[in-house]
Amino acid sequence: MSDIILEMKNIDKDFFGVKALSNVNIAVKRNEIHAICGENGAGKSTLMNILSGVYPYGSYSGTIIFEGKEVTFKNIKDSEKEGIVIIHQELALVPYLSIAENIFMGNEQGGKAIIDWNKTRSKAKGLLEMVGLSENPNTLISSIGVGKQQLVEIAKALSKDVKLLILDEPTAALNDEESNKLLGLLCGLQEKGITSILISHKINEITKVCNSTTIIRDGQTIETIDRAEITEDRIIKGMVGREIVDRYPKRDSNILETVFEIKGWNVFNPENEHEKVISDVSFHLKKGEVLGMAGLMGAGRTELAMSIFGKSYGQKISGEAFINGKKVKLNSVGAAISNGIAYVSEDRKNYGLILINSIRENITLPNLSKISERGVINQNLEIRESETYRDKLKIKTSGINQLVASLSGGNQQKVVLSKWIMSEPDILILDEPTRGIDVGAKYEIYQIINELASQGKSIILISSDMPELLGMSDRVYVINEGRIVEELNEGELSQENIMRAILRSSREAS
Amino acid sequence: MKSKGFSINLRQYGMIIALVFIIIMFGITTGGILFKPMNVSNIIMQNAYVLILAVGMLFCIITGNVDLSIGSVVAFVGAVSAVFMVNWNMPVWMAVVLSLLIGALVGAFQGFFIAYVKIPAFIVTLGGMLIFRGLTMVILKGQTIAPFDESFQFIASGFLMKGLKVGGLNTLSILGGALVSILFIFFEVVTRNNKIKYNFEVSPIHYMAIKIAVIVAAINVITYRLAQYNGLPIILIIMALLIIIYSFVAGQTIAGRHVYALGGNEKAAKLSGIKTQQVMFWVYTNMGLLSAFAGLVVAGRLNAATPKAGNGYELDAIAACYIGGASASGGIGTIVGAIVGGLVMGVLNNGMSIMGVSVDWQQVIKGFVLLTAVTFDIYSRSKSSPK
Repeated sequence: MSDIILEMKNIDKDFFGVKALSNVNIAVKRNEIHAICGENGAGKSTLMNILSGVYPYGSYSGTIIFEGKEVTFKNIKDSEKEGIVIIHQELALVPYLSIAENIFMGNEQGGKAIIDWNKTRSKAKGLLEMVGLSENPNTLISSIGVGKQQLVEIAKALSKDVKLLILDEPTAALNDEESNKLLGLLCGLQEKGITSILISHKINEITKVCNSTTIIRDGQTIETIDRAEITEDRIIKGMVGREIVDRYPKRDSNILETVFEIKGWNVFNPENEHEKVISDVSFHLKKGEVLGMAGLMGAGRTELAMSIFGKSYGQKISGEAFINGKKVKLNSVGAAISNGIAYVSEDRKNYGLILINSIRENITLPNLSKISERGVINQNLEIRESETYRDKLKIKTSGINQLVASLSGGNQQKVVLSKWIMSEPDILILDEPTRGIDVGAKYEIYQIINELASQGKSIILISSDMPELLGMSDRVYVINEGRIVEELNEGELSQENIMRAILRSSREAS
Repeated sequence: MKSKGFSINLRQYGMIIALVFIIIMFGITTGGILFKPMNVSNIIMQNAYVLILAVGMLFCIITGNVDLSIGSVVAFVGAVSAVFMVNWNMPVWMAVVLSLLIGALVGAFQGFFIAYVKIPAFIVTLGGMLIFRGLTMVILKGQTIAPFDESFQFIASGFLMKGLKVGGLNTLSILGGALVSILFIFFEVVTRNNKIKYNFEVSPIHYMAIKIAVIVAAINVITYRLAQYNGLPIILIIMALLIIIYSFVAGQTIAGRHVYALGGNEKAAKLSGIKTQQVMFWVYTNMGLLSAFAGLVVAGRLNAATPKAGNGYELDAIAACYIGGASASGGIGTIVGAIVGGLVMGVLNNGMSIMGVSVDWQQVIKGFVLLTAVTFDIYSRSKSSPK
């Protein structure tokens, strides 16, 4: 255990009473490549945000020791000054500026106010050589691919005299060749004395380049493994754990015939018509069933759900949809709703609710025709209907005229559920229905899901919370990189099987 | 109407109180001239066009946009109607219908680019502002066309049976005030009874009595003043109908709710099955129609179509909406608020003119009133919302 560059000790962090990290300990040796593994929501990003100062000193407890002395970062600038640079999964580059401009953004070369373009370009050129990118520094970011953009991010980090480089899923959007190049670059930087932390789901990458791996689960560090001992099984076991808690209400499933079926579904990225986001997906859903969709973030689950819900996402959508064996066209949200489909978005603030409107107006928005006559809303009926759903779903509020912006996350989610339950759907797609809400409200939402299923509604549950997905679903599809890679029936439902399916398909793809 | 929640009601009442305050203030500083029967009549007739435009503009603002072209459309439709009636001797009714139709088409033209081509409304209507001002000059060849037929002028400056007077008071005006009062009381009672039928809580009866008393008094004071002059202006009757219809559309219909939803959160509205593009298209088509109506009113009142007509009216209408509590980011605003905002501007104009304040200073003061109203609005909003 020679020469530790970074040590994070007893880190605790909570968000509004919900524990995100508890007693996390991690030690990174100088000049190593250190991997961090964990499921979605395990706390990896939170930990890295603490390290880089996104969550300032004081908003967490515990100590960070960097280069032998305790550090207290108040913002990203502070951590960068010490030589800690984080590259997020979502790249922070400005597409319509050049490579050189992006590299020196916020760190412009030249005098106090005037930029020295010659210095900028020649320095940028040097940095690009270091990362092995042969592009003109004047090229616009928008005209180079994601792999090269990733290299520009690294060049940007190098321009700041980086000592510790943190990469959050850097290869998630890269192909095999680009990934290898990037990993090679990391090894090259290692030789130059730069330490890296790599967050990744791809075991083969970890075994290839990393010296040690720390596994995080449910906001706690499980163990740190040395390179020699890293195996897929070991990592999965660590990530998944063994604890089984009965956090999910029981349901007597009564699963009947198939009500909904998708065949050969293809969707392309709305911004890039050549990028296939969903390829050749086929699945079916039975009456009274809760069907889980598992996958990593960015696997394409939301995109699949939204493209089915009246083509709300994507372009050049092809494939067939059947309801009760009859082919249906779902070309608009209106058509999807009238065919009995409802979609509860993962992003309730931006896609689910009108925050400046009242609970009442939000609940009735997709259902106005039910409470109107010849286009005129019966306001008394509207009040009565929304009161009914407020009571049924136990929305905690001073009244149905309260604005939804002032409700807690759990109550906001109940408003979204109310609005879609009122539309009386047969097929309800729930996209991360419990994200960001507290444990008590989660349990209530599980009860609502169970009640709907027992009424004979069919539910598609998209969730990154694996215990939740396994606790609630009758059957699970595993989705990875826009494809259904596994179907797990009752008896096969386990986190190991899901993780294995994801890892296997990632490996096959790369 | 208790439909928008207490906090918004409070804001709106705040504006009404401000209006009353301004009226009383000018009543004193002008030595009562403001309340003279002829002046009350004048305030209504001078400001009719702003109020009509503000009604249409409010919907644009609720969607989170504005319409800069309406001043030019006012002039354009005025010019077209003058060509129809003065140059081509078309019957008045036909010219009016055609002019309104042309206005709606102008609105639809701009609405198409905004809703379906997805060009920001600011840019489209800025283009419209230039296009229709230019076309006005082309049609009028830079000159004024006048005079109009008397029956056409009647829309903008006529009175309902102004000769029918008993004891120096116009009978129809007094009767009109009484009729509106009775209708108002009737609707209040029906609404209350409906609420009781649905087992909802209703406000205490004395609260309702006070509300009815204040509004009935306001209506009758105005109609009494009008009765002392020439009676009910035709334009007041038309405007009252417009306000009632559009308030109803905004507050009580699916179409109105869809406009608010679009402005509040377009993405969420779309995912709730609202055809957001269609809504946007119709909002601008409607704006075109109302601009055309305002164009006819302006032409009729001036008794001429001029190339400079309607200059800057878009700004008056926008200011009226903002003073009346509409939000620049969309989703919030009421017709009543926009009308109150328009009246604040109108009374300010009128009062300052009587006092002999020069036009330059009037502009300065109106600018500050706009700033103060919106500052107050944003301040009260930031206090009432949690974030």
